[in-house]
Amino acid sequence: MKQFIQDLVTKNHYKSTHLLQVLRDVQTRYHFIPEGAITQLTELLNVPRTQIIGVIEFYSFLHLHRQGHYELLISDSITDHMLGKHELMAYLSEKLNVGIGKVREDGLVSLDNTSCSGMCDQGPAGLVNGHALTRLDKSKIDTIAELINQEKPLDEWPTELFAVADNIYKPDLLLNSQFTPGAAIKAVFERGIDATLAQINESGLRGRGGAGFKTAMKWQFCKEEASDQHYVICNADEGEPGTFKDRILLNSYADQVFEGMTVCATIIGATEGYLYLRGEYLHLHEPLLAVLQQRRDAGLLGKNILGQNFDFDIHIHLGAGAYICGEESALIESLEGKAGIPRNRPPYPVTSGYMNKPTVVNNVETFMAAANIAINGGAWFANIGTEKSKGTKILSICGDCAKPGIYEYPFGTTVREILKDCQAEDVFGIQIGGPSGLFISNQELDRKLAFEDLATGGSFIIFNNTRNVLDIVYNFTHFFAHESCGFCTPCRVGTSLLKKQLDKIHDGHGSAGDIVALEELCQLVKNNSHCGLGQTAANPILTTLERYPDLYENQLKNISYEPGFDLDGSLATARRMANRNDAAAHLEQIEDELATHGTTSPGAQA
Amino acid sequence: MSKTITIDGQVVPFEDGQTIMDAATAAGVYIPHLCHHPEYTPHGSCKLCTVKVNGRNCSACTFPALEGQEVLNDTPDLNADRQKITQMLFVEGNHFCPSCEKTGNCQLQGLAYHLNMLDNHFPHFYATRQVDASHPEVMIDHNRCIFCTLCVRASHETDGKDVFGISGRGLNKHLIINSPSGELKDTDISIDDAAVHICPTGAILIKRTGYQIPIGQRIYDHQQIDQVSLAREHHQDEQ
Ligand SMILES: Cc1cc2nc3c(=O)[nH]c(=O)nc-3n(C[C@H](O)[C@H](O)[C@H](O)COP(=O)(O)O)c2cc1C
Ligand code: SF4
Ligand code: FES
Repeated sequence: MKQFIQDLVTKNHYKSTHLLQVLRDVQTRYHFIPEGAITQLTELLNVPRTQIIGVIEFYSFLHLHRQGHYELLISDSITDHMLGKHELMAYLSEKLNVGIGKVREDGLVSLDNTSCSGMCDQGPAGLVNGHALTRLDKSKIDTIAELINQEKPLDEWPTELFAVADNIYKPDLLLNSQFTPGAAIKAVFERGIDATLAQINESGLRGRGGAGFKTAMKWQFCKEEASDQHYVICNADEGEPGTFKDRILLNSYADQVFEGMTVCATIIGATEGYLYLRGEYLHLHEPLLAVLQQRRDAGLLGKNILGQNFDFDIHIHLGAGAYICGEESALIESLEGKAGIPRNRPPYPVTSGYMNKPTVVNNVETFMAAANIAINGGAWFANIGTEKSKGTKILSICGDCAKPGIYEYPFGTTVREILKDCQAEDVFGIQIGGPSGLFISNQELDRKLAFEDLATGGSFIIFNNTRNVLDIVYNFTHFFAHESCGFCTPCRVGTSLLKKQLDKIHDGHGSAGDIVALEELCQLVKNNSHCGLGQTAANPILTTLERYPDLYENQLKNISYEPGFDLDGSLATARRMANRNDAAAHLEQIEDELATHGTTSPGAQA
Repeated sequence: MSKTITIDGQVVPFEDGQTIMDAATAAGVYIPHLCHHPEYTPHGSCKLCTVKVNGRNCSACTFPALEGQEVLNDTPDLNADRQKITQMLFVEGNHFCPSCEKTGNCQLQGLAYHLNMLDNHFPHFYATRQVDASHPEVMIDHNRCIFCTLCVRASHETDGKDVFGISGRGLNKHLIINSPSGELKDTDISIDDAAVHICPTGAILIKRTGYQIPIGQRIYDHQQIDQVSLAREHHQDEQ
């Protein structure tokens, strides 16, 4: 192992910023991070062991304890559930003889849940040693179980298990564009750098990652910041459940994305850029590296690009299972090899980002749009869309519809139109923008896709009338509690309290005051949290409670108060130790006392 | 003319580079806080210092003071939220004030009094946490840790040691110790370290010093945390 770690660190140029990348490789090789590796890395990278352990325990894909030789993770997105995930998971667990969240005794396989893996159009989905598995069903699980029990190496597994389809159903402005690599960079040098920024400004392009900040303005701020180095970062963390459009852009339009980053680099004066690729998209890593190499070979990356005396190169860093790393400052921390904890702002990344240098962070789709605007000019883009939302938006549509996949629409398109295209019927409601967005009912189908009405990073999850709102909200609320980075009190404790409080209602133990308490807690978490995760974590509850108060009320018991504390459950250990199997015995005791004395003694209640 | 902001209508001067908390402390205005300490890099995690700046919630300990800001601090709404956040800290860990060595001298408890917290409001998590009594002089009761990271910062910034770190995600957050065994006895911590003395709660304690101050003479027996804090930090500011 010593040699392996040494080689790894050498390959990573002894950079502590590569700690996460190094740990990913150690995990892949040993299926955990051995103590020896930690000690060795402490010395080689000159970082305290507390930081190394802090990183390992932060990311879902890194472990201090040995996982199976085959690490199986099944995606826990609501759409996976709608496609029968629960039953499949049970089948898988039985078939492989391994508990959920456990490692099989022989160490061959481990099984667990993972947050949405970005395959909602082809679920139920999963990951085996980081590689995406799609469209799982019982017969595929039989195959997988057999392959695992035969200890077949992954590269000998049938490729159809790993097939990932693009499923583009409605291309428009961007997805239809004819693109020649290098065209956007040439256009910049022909038109001039300032003139290009002016075109991007004229296009009205706003960030596609969700927040909708004006792209030209972000670039302008970063450009104006005096510094010896500027950085361009492409946010391909795509962790919002139900979002998978960046996966398609990186699979089939990578040149345009990289070119958009290069255009940005010319404008802000960067020589280095990073693509932060979510760990779940490991299958895209090699192909993307190949595209980068082609671009270097074609003189579109590296030194003296297109003979214009302009140097710029792009590196790819992989995430390791943490939704919060999509938040731009957490992403930067992660890129620096640390736990993904959002920074205090100000300063914003445009003034102090990666390595505390001025940094532009944009979404994959934003860069792709920018590349095309650099070629076609601002008006080409601004002519489409609404007053406040120019151009088109690429949606990842999933859930209850006949054709889940990728759709591109001019801003201003109504939900009704979108539902028609993807052939959704009997619609109950739609989650727009993922769990952090909002839930709209089937009474709101004339609302429009636009920053001023329904803003979305691309997630569009459809639910039909057979679905239960509380099940949906349950899934989303658990997601946030699982993904909270834990930095600030209101979100760390609050998202787990939200989970407790919602579970109480969902599981039928809620009583009169519980909805009021739930709503108060929602406001507390929303108003006091440090970053967007905590500030939106209560949205699933708030937006459904607003629309369907009766569905919540119906779940309540008809009594004034029911404790959230399960006394009988808590006595389970004591019963086991005392060799008793008389659950609820304390209740009989109370009844006995009531019968004899007409009252209960304090002892009987305790 | 120096630059000014207002806090609850009171005009407060500030210098460039100061946070709202710095300016407030210097002017003798108390803003509740737990993770903030004037000697260390602001952290911004406990969120007790949340104030309204021109209508928006901001952490006073990290947010820069800027000319003309109108800050709301001591309002019923903000204090109600602060009380709830304090209650969150109480239910997250296991805090049994009456028997704790730090009782009467504890900032978490002092703040709870100050915010008129009368119950825990939220359901308890009953977290399973350890006690590290391995070191001859210093002990850690993880049940009482609130992840303010003051010990982490003090050990790094003042002691130059990195004895502590924070690990885990979400509710699994925990304090970790920089030694292969994970135990305090195997670190180079010393009883003179700033990190040993900085804990606002009873999580890091010096052995054989508990309960020595009689009830009635403890820090918060006769004074509220706002007075104590201002007296101490206002003074530190001037040094
Ligand atoms: C919890 C959280 C997760 C986020 N995840 C992503 C993401 O996966 N991809 C993304 O582009 N932006 C994400 N964002 C938004 C980014 O912080 C940032 O605004 C965005 O990358 C900026 O790019 P844009 O201006 O091109 O949209 C997330 C924000 C938060 C608060
Ligand atoms: S809001 Fe949540 S995710 Fe964001 S910093 Fe606070 S704990 Fe972390
Ligand atoms: S004192 Fe400001 S967040 Fe803790």
